[in-house]
Amino acid sequence: MDWKIFTRSILVITEKNVRIYYFKGPVIIFGLLFPLIMFLTFFIGRSLDLVLFFPGFLGMMLFFTASSVGPLITPWEKREKTYERLLSLPVILESVIIGDLLGGALFGILITTIVFCICAWLLHLTVMNAGLLAFSFILGSIAFAALGTLLSSPSTENPSNIMMLSSLVRLPLIFVSGIFIPLGQLTGWIYILTSLSPLTYLVDLFHAALNGDAVYPPWVDVLVIVAVILIFVLCAKGIQKRNLVKGI
Amino acid sequence: MDAIDATNLSKSFGTVTAVDDVSITIPEGGIFGFLGPNGAGKTTTIRMLTGVLIPDAGSVRIFGTDVGKDPLAAKLKMGVIPENGTVYSDLTAEQNIILTAKFYGMDRTRREERAGEILARLGLTSRQNDVVRTFSKGMRQRISIACAIVHSPPLLILDEPTTGLDVYSRRLVIDTIRHMNREGSTVLLTTHNIEEANALCSMISVINNGKIVATASPEKLKKTFDTSRYVEISFDQPVGPALFSAPGITRAEPWGDKWRVYSDDPDLAVKYLASVAERDQLTIISIATSNPTLEEAFVKLTGGA
Repeated sequence: MDWKIFTRSILVITEKNVRIYYFKGPVIIFGLLFPLIMFLTFFIGRSLDLVLFFPGFLGMMLFFTASSVGPLITPWEKREKTYERLLSLPVILESVIIGDLLGGALFGILITTIVFCICAWLLHLTVMNAGLLAFSFILGSIAFAALGTLLSSPSTENPSNIMMLSSLVRLPLIFVSGIFIPLGQLTGWIYILTSLSPLTYLVDLFHAALNGDAVYPPWVDVLVIVAVILIFVLCAKGIQKRNLVKGI
Repeated sequence: MDAIDATNLSKSFGTVTAVDDVSITIPEGGIFGFLGPNGAGKTTTIRMLTGVLIPDAGSVRIFGTDVGKDPLAAKLKMGVIPENGTVYSDLTAEQNIILTAKFYGMDRTRREERAGEILARLGLTSRQNDVVRTFSKGMRQRISIACAIVHSPPLLILDEPTTGLDVYSRRLVIDTIRHMNREGSTVLLTTHNIEEANALCSMISVINNGKIVATASPEKLKKTFDTSRYVEISFDQPVGPALFSAPGITRAEPWGDKWRVYSDDPDLAVKYLASVAERDQLTIISIATSNPTLEEAFVKLTGGA
């Protein structure tokens, strides 16, 4: 395989997605409004410990933004009949998947960084390990953008079908991710359930970066998230390849 | 080297065999037509040729590069307009062309130059900065053509490029196909429009029920069905079928205010008809011999499907 053509195809697909699907007023406004509303819901009028709950809020925000638009791109393009044209260009399935993933990840990083900076300024947050925090932003964005790509993979031309699937998968993940109840306070089967969610490990990484108070060592969190990225991407490729074989 | 060398392509969807052991070889340089009725397997074949659909069996080589093994290199050599293929509605005409050019690694200056050239050729210069969402179907199809030819591909694959277009757009698309062919692109074209295929193509394959049923030049295809040649004649007064009972005339049927007289030798039939007209004191109002059309060949090949 010619890696130069492959890399170029990924970058052009990312550019296409950013320009057509992400760089839109409503998408950016929603991306910024959603965390604001979540922040108000979380913290206003409640005497929550910011240090304890802010990493969870940050994780949830990254989770929602990075996986928000990605699931809709492929079904939308199938409906608009641009998907077949895209596949006939010098691209392969992996280019489409990674291009979609990068678009979602960039959107997640951008929105989360803006919101984090505003929150850090307003709440006088301190960051214990800025490098780890930046790395966590990138890793988390890639992981949840990969989830978005996986969610876009089932064969459908109807984006609303994927919206339903997306909500069905993403919302339960929020509740089993140690966001509402800190991981250290969980026991028994709830703890086991929580450890199955990739968001748990990102929130734990944020704890490590922001206040040094993590349950798992950071390398464990990183390892789990990287494994999750690989699983999501490979599953997306498997499903999309099957679609190409079946012609759907 | 052959532009396309597809060998033993097969594709089934569940219990339906869409393409059954199809082999196509298209030499470099010509315009090749791929004809067939709806559901014959044209689009499925095109999708396999362009790497959009993975075949159950068989292989495709584009200028010697295997599409299955090295899809990126193979696709670099093609420009494709898929069936109903459209461009991005939220981008402008120029942005669509430039975005496509980026996939082929064209540098910025060349991209912009080429976009300008193609937009002018396709009569869209005045709309280059308008979003495609506001375009008519014909204009969208012209942008689709523009994207397919932006990198001057050695092979142009067009799936029904003129279906549903107005006369002006259709003419521009056909002129562009001819222009690209003159510039060195080999063209593979599927169409429902038999006369278009007749006018454009140097070679035609007819596919029916997933199988290639004939491959030849348009003239050879017509000659395959030479028995359908006829003489169309009208007289100044009504005549009956008995008038046309003569050796060499296979059949005669009323055709509006005329008769179609089918014969293996139309020249002989004309002589006979002139003689009976004189004998029966009939005046011939009009007489014309007609050669079989490609449409007739197509209908016979596909069993009128």
